[in-house]
Amino acid sequence: MDWGALHTILGGVNKHSTSIGKIWLTVLFIFRIMILVVAAERVWGDEQQDFVCNTLQPGCRNVCYDHFFPISHIRLWALQLIFVSTPALLVAMHVAYRRHEKKRQFRKGDQKCEYKDIEEIRKQRFRIEGSLWWTYTSSIFFRLIFEAVFMYAFYFMYDGFRMPRLMKCNAWPCPNTVDCFVSRPTEKTVFTIFMIAVSSICILLNVAELCYLLTKFFLRRSKKAGNSKQQPNHENKEETKQNEMNELISDSCQNTVIGFTS
Amino acid sequence: MSWAFLRDLLSGVNKYSTGIGRIWVAVVFTFRLLVYVAAAENIWKHEHDEFECNIKQPGCENVCFDHFFPVSHVRLWALQLIMVSTPSLLVVFHVAYRENREKHHNQKFYRNPGKIDGGLLCTYLISLILKTGLEIVFLVLFYKLYNGFKIPRLVKCDIKPCPNTVDCYISKPTEKMIFLYFLVATSCLCIILNLSELSYLIFKYSIKCYLKR
Repeated sequence: MDWGALHTILGGVNKHSTSIGKIWLTVLFIFRIMILVVAAERVWGDEQQDFVCNTLQPGCRNVCYDHFFPISHIRLWALQLIFVSTPALLVAMHVAYRRHEKKRQFRKGDQKCEYKDIEEIRKQRFRIEGSLWWTYTSSIFFRLIFEAVFMYAFYFMYDGFRMPRLMKCNAWPCPNTVDCFVSRPTEKTVFTIFMIAVSSICILLNVAELCYLLTKFFLRRSKKAGNSKQQPNHENKEETKQNEMNELISDSCQNTVIGFTS
Repeated sequence: MSWAFLRDLLSGVNKYSTGIGRIWVAVVFTFRLLVYVAAAENIWKHEHDEFECNIKQPGCENVCFDHFFPVSHVRLWALQLIMVSTPSLLVVFHVAYRENREKHHNQKFYRNPGKIDGGLLCTYLISLILKTGLEIVFLVLFYKLYNGFKIPRLVKCDIKPCPNTVDCYISKPTEKMIFLYFLVATSCLCIILNLSELSYLIFKYSIKCYLKR
């Protein structure tokens, strides 16, 4: 059980995402989770052992470390990644629920159901409209909130994004003020800035996706309003069907181009 | 043999669960198992080495550590995860028994062996009650063993061979406390999910029974 399991879960959601959503997922896995596991964990691995204080007083080092690092950077990032990935599960659950309903309809032998067999229902990709649009949009909104909250918590807890070399500590039982030295401060600063930068990119991607979805929603509404004003005739229905086909084709082309298959 | 085994087990259970049951599985995976493996294990990794006492007496640190941490938080957490996931196996076994029975007699006894009705409903309800009970037992155990869910920075120890009273300092107490609260919160969430699933099933099947009559 590790980040690979999260990859499996989120990979399934990928099929029903927009193109920006797919880019977000790629950035999340390559530039955040992989960097966390492969590099950042090694840099922070020895953080308490190599946190050295200029005192012989037993317990002073422990207390000072706890005072300056209430929660380690690594753990905060791990929590951030878990929380930020979780809203995608809402979409996965909604899609699973829809599939379940379609399977039920199919089994009842409903005339309206246009699928030939269960396999087709399982492989079908749902378009982001109706209630799924609301679920998807709320999931992006929650992602944004979680990212922002964690970035603020980080900034607040560590007074910025720099890791100082020296910290002065006077918590009991340290006698007077004691100098404590952090291990690998420059490397830690570099990785912190990197992770913050990638977080910001993810926030921008989420904002872009939100704007894209809202634009699509309003355009669809105005198109529907425009269509209902004209008299409903056969040619209009053909046109809208052709438009939907074109949209589906262009979306599936984007699928293959981005290439992040589930 | 690792946590991947538990993950596969729970995925198998997911097939025969209700909607709330699936949410429970998702919560256990993401907020408990993943957090445990990705974060908690590393925090408690060197807890013994980093436990420091203000004394040169050999053996004093070991004895004090053992006195204050009879079972480490992280081990209790792992035990809790395993125990809480296991009752779901009862449902899997019952479905397997049903399918075996059909195969053995070459006859269709059940419309759908995986559907929660009759005996399978009882098994499912028992598994829910067991899950909830075990969660509560572990929370009470945590509370009783560690005098609440707080982790102090300093503990005073006066067990032999420590001479008089000795100050001992626990490593990363704040971080450990944050994750302990996280564990308690997710446990409570799982208890609530289990209780709602229990009430939902009882309600659904009582209505069904009443309407049949």
